[in-house]
Amino acid sequence: MSWKNIVTIYGKELRDSLRDRRTLLSMIIIPVLVMPMLVYVVGRVGARVYATARGEIPVIMVIGGEDSPATRALLQASARFRIVPETADYRQKISDKKVRAAVQIPPGFDAGLKAGAARPVLVLHYQGELKSGFAVGEIEAFFRDLREKTVTASLAAHGLPASLVTPFAVQRENVAPPEKVGGNAIGGLVPYLIIMLCFTGAVYPAIDLTAGEKERGTMETLLCSPVARVDIVLGKFLMVLTGSLCAMIFSLGSMALTLALAGTALGAGGLPSISLLGVAGVLAMVVPAAVFFSALLLTIALFAKSSKEAQTYLAPLAFVVLLPVALGLLPGIELNARLALVPILNLSLVCKEMLSGAWHWNYIALIFGSTCAYAGLALALAVRMFNREDVLFRC
Amino acid sequence: MIEARALTKVFRDKRRGEIRAVDNLSFRVAPGRIYGLLGANGAGKTTALRLLATLLQPTAGSATVAGHDIVAEPARVRANVGFLATSTALYGRLTARETITYFGRLNGLAGDEIAARLGCLADELGLHEFLDRRCEKFSTGMKQKTSIARTLIHDPAVMIFDEPTLGLDVMAARSVVRFVRECKARGKTVIYSTHVMSEVEKLCDVIGIIHGGRLLAEDTLEGLRARTGEHDMEEIFVKTVGPEASA
Repeated sequence: MSWKNIVTIYGKELRDSLRDRRTLLSMIIIPVLVMPMLVYVVGRVGARVYATARGEIPVIMVIGGEDSPATRALLQASARFRIVPETADYRQKISDKKVRAAVQIPPGFDAGLKAGAARPVLVLHYQGELKSGFAVGEIEAFFRDLREKTVTASLAAHGLPASLVTPFAVQRENVAPPEKVGGNAIGGLVPYLIIMLCFTGAVYPAIDLTAGEKERGTMETLLCSPVARVDIVLGKFLMVLTGSLCAMIFSLGSMALTLALAGTALGAGGLPSISLLGVAGVLAMVVPAAVFFSALLLTIALFAKSSKEAQTYLAPLAFVVLLPVALGLLPGIELNARLALVPILNLSLVCKEMLSGAWHWNYIALIFGSTCAYAGLALALAVRMFNREDVLFRC
Repeated sequence: MIEARALTKVFRDKRRGEIRAVDNLSFRVAPGRIYGLLGANGAGKTTALRLLATLLQPTAGSATVAGHDIVAEPARVRANVGFLATSTALYGRLTARETITYFGRLNGLAGDEIAARLGCLADELGLHEFLDRRCEKFSTGMKQKTSIARTLIHDPAVMIFDEPTLGLDVMAARSVVRFVRECKARGKTVIYSTHVMSEVEKLCDVIGIIHGGRLLAEDTLEGLRARTGEHDMEEIFVKTVGPEASA
């Protein structure tokens, strides 16, 4: 093994890649744009849709209540919603989103209210639909007001204070520092983004430097040189790793800047803040994972005859990576010694823990060590594949 | 000097079974001589040359190239070989200068050595005009000249050409043929594989006719003519490999 040759090959691959638009796209442009796109485009569009829905006066229908004119009159007079005339197909109208919700007033509701034993009011809605949800909120708020007014009036009629039904209040106070709150809120999302970008950042260079070179005929040119195959693998591997780490660093930089700018724009409490120490921990843990991804992708892409074939192999691999990362996002899954040995899932879980301020050093050491071991194995496999002529000259 | 001794390469294919791409191939090429390896497509020429360039390992037999064994000292063999084939392309995003310099470095040359050698090659091959342009924009002729400079940057003692004129226009093919002759004039050991009969007639001191991985005949052009009783190279080839095989 010659470091001089490895550096020469790496230098050439770096220069070559930096002149390739597709590599720049996967290494720099996409990682830089993904977070602002998520926060600003998705966030802004989402906020606008939410604000529009919130600002709209919900259209509702009142079913029944002919013998409860007082309640019906109060509903009609409320500015919380707009009431449309009752029709028999109210369920269909809710499904068709022509009416957001319907309130069914039971027979004898006004009389029952006076007697202190009214039957329940039924609210019909379309679950999961934002505007229907807002309509339900307004209807429930209306009936809460009505209930409170009824109780207060009843107490007053009996000469009793209003505090009789609320003798004390319950208050909450948060003791968790803001970065821990942020870590819990977005602690799963940050490693998810970093791991996925780390993976996608390595995909294109891995294909271009192996199957791409075979396809273009430059692989054989390189193999004709007196350089050892292990030097060629390591030079190429370093370039793929650069792609992966660049994607991660650019995505993190972009994420930090976006969160800082968005946080400033929204003011205090607008966006959750995360611990810088936690982010540094995530970075340190992701480096061996980047080595693992780079070596694995290089090995698989080398096996392919063409870039197209390599893409066919690597596309399903993205789902294989996504699965443990997504599992790590689930709230019930806790880090334990067995899960600490499952590649990628272990990383997803420990990163979430670190970002929420929990530093389990035994697990951290176990995960770092096992990821390094997997990375070493993947790299050894890449070298082995590069020495197989049936792989290099596959036709 | 190249010396192949019972060189054999067997590929194992799941569908086709065992394929003897090169079968017991023996020949010798002295410095300052051009050995023509003549054969149809699939005859085993490329596999034989890849074995000599240590890109593939032989299943049996051995060979020495510039005094080094292809199995025991593959890196030393490659350091003494310039390999030019249709399958050895250039990096499109690098300039001609960057490509040649890169291969100079991979061959262990120092920066000043590369600069001096590059200057000489650029003069000889007329590269100056496009030396700092990216290879992806080159014409076929410019690519071929750059590839030649790439193979010569470390001044190898042995040159291996695998169908170097395939797909080239007449002018570019002529410049390759001229370059092969220059290699011979400089005392390099040259092996030249082709299926173009006229090139063999023009260039080669010794001709080996290969078919089905086996060397069927080996002689000078005159020797082959005398042996087959044919004058035309194409007729010599057909008579040697048999009309059915050549059909």
